[in-house]
Amino acid sequence: MRKYAVLALTLLGLVAMLPAASAADPSGASNPATLEGVMSSINYIWVLICAFLVFFMQAGFAMVEAGMVRVKNVANVLMKNFMDFVMGTVVFLVIGYSLFMGTDIGGIVGDPTTAFLLVGDAYDVSTMLSWFFMLVFAATAVTIVSGAIAERPKFKTYLVYSAVVTAFIYPMYAHWVWGGGWLATSDLMVDLGGGYGALDFAGSGVVHALGGMLALAACVLIGPRIGRYTKDGKPLPIPGHNLTMVMLGGFILWFGWFGFNAGSTLNGNQLIIAKICVTTVIAAAGGALSALLISWKRAGAADLGLTVNGMLGGLVGITAGCAWVEPWAALLIGVVAGFIVCYGVWLMERKGVDDVVGAISVHGFNGLWGLIALGLFADGTYGVYTADGPLVTGLLYGNAGFLAVQLINAAVVAMWALGTGFALFYGLKRTVGIRVSPEEELQGLDISEHNVSAYPEMVTKELTMSKEGMQ
Amino acid sequence: MKMIQAIIRHEKLGDVKSALYDIGVVGLNVTEIQGRGVQKGATRQWRGAVYDVDLLPKIKLETVVDDALVEKAVDIIQKAACTGNIGDGKIFVWTVDQVVRVRTNERGRGAI
Repeated sequence: MRKYAVLALTLLGLVAMLPAASAADPSGASNPATLEGVMSSINYIWVLICAFLVFFMQAGFAMVEAGMVRVKNVANVLMKNFMDFVMGTVVFLVIGYSLFMGTDIGGIVGDPTTAFLLVGDAYDVSTMLSWFFMLVFAATAVTIVSGAIAERPKFKTYLVYSAVVTAFIYPMYAHWVWGGGWLATSDLMVDLGGGYGALDFAGSGVVHALGGMLALAACVLIGPRIGRYTKDGKPLPIPGHNLTMVMLGGFILWFGWFGFNAGSTLNGNQLIIAKICVTTVIAAAGGALSALLISWKRAGAADLGLTVNGMLGGLVGITAGCAWVEPWAALLIGVVAGFIVCYGVWLMERKGVDDVVGAISVHGFNGLWGLIALGLFADGTYGVYTADGPLVTGLLYGNAGFLAVQLINAAVVAMWALGTGFALFYGLKRTVGIRVSPEEELQGLDISEHNVSAYPEMVTKELTMSKEGMQ
Repeated sequence: MKMIQAIIRHEKLGDVKSALYDIGVVGLNVTEIQGRGVQKGATRQWRGAVYDVDLLPKIKLETVVDDALVEKAVDIIQKAACTGNIGDGKIFVWTVDQVVRVRTNERGRGAI
């Protein structure tokens, strides 16, 4: 009882500290009934609709991951996909958004008081719009890890991980690129880039490379699933239970990605949104096609899982450059992405890294590829989120400096995500633990973590399968 | 009385069942099983990796027939279940000591 009383008093104290809600425009009443006002409304509606599409990508991740795990772990992987968004929303309100988009401090981080609880000056429709759009992107980065380490992590550890990434790891790097931080705006980077610093249109690096590299750190520290390798280290596939879910999830992600990329104009009056949708869809098709052919040739049959992965890899690869490259370049970026997905998946498998859904290759490696591809193919027809100059130009169009900037950017995100990822998961491993016991893993995380079965009628069959896994 | 146990392909169950029905063998039990024979199994593919499946799904069909019908029944099962490819299955026959109809406590051939 006493504990609750203290908690209630603390909350009351916090509320008493809140400033009067008069500093800004919380209702949007100041939007004038003029042409400018209508254009502003179009922007709001455009960004919100795209944010809804990005939110729906959570369902896509949930379906892909649920389909790629065994019957006994379905409820667990669904809960992780659901709860990382919930945890992310709360910490983004308290701290994440401010570190990301708050008033810049030395190019390193945003002022944590800028939008604390969205009160004061932040209690304003324009901040609400930005907060909501940035939240769904942050949640996308966080959820990438859940599929990679599926079928073995402790659920409560995953909750802690989600909170730390949305509160700190994601906002810091995002600030450097999108929040006015040093990668985008420092004199060094701007001079080298030729008028602009590091760029990442919709987040190949900020969202996907970050999530994918965190997944790599997590996979290395948590170790492969029981039965994934023979005693001599030969990999044994562990087929997922439902390819219908995998394909549905693939389609949902593809659909949501149009909002992810085209919405990142943050402006419904820039008609380049049409081109962005074209480069996005072409890269996805290129990725799917090359992954199909590569896996077909190597394994002997047209492979559904890798083809869907190849499509997703193409989307990740085009995300940084979607507004700045031509359609033919988008096709090339996608084809290379499919190649990276297949060989990345097989490389990780050989190295003993058990990535259940291929997230390290799809998001991590292709996120880095997307940043570099932007430095290669930017064609000088569009500026920095505006049609005005300086126009963004890559190596093929004569600006080698910008490629150098993008290479630095790729190196920074890889080091930041791997460094913080290893530190976070090592810390968790030494304290609360990151992996369930072998008995719990064999029984399945649905029972051990949630005491449910996603498919109660299939439990008997599932128990037979796990015994085989032990041999 | 003999017990005939036939391990056959899933897709051949319909043919075998109707062939047996034509010679008057109506009562039978069917079980879905996993097993292997000389074929040793097969390969499947997951995300570009090929792996061995050493137990394959098959159908186990069991029926008890009168001695006079055994050869005919076995013959007809073999013909109906055969595709000529590896993995067609096996037929086992053994003697049954007693048959009891539960409803009437009837014994022997009449209870089949």
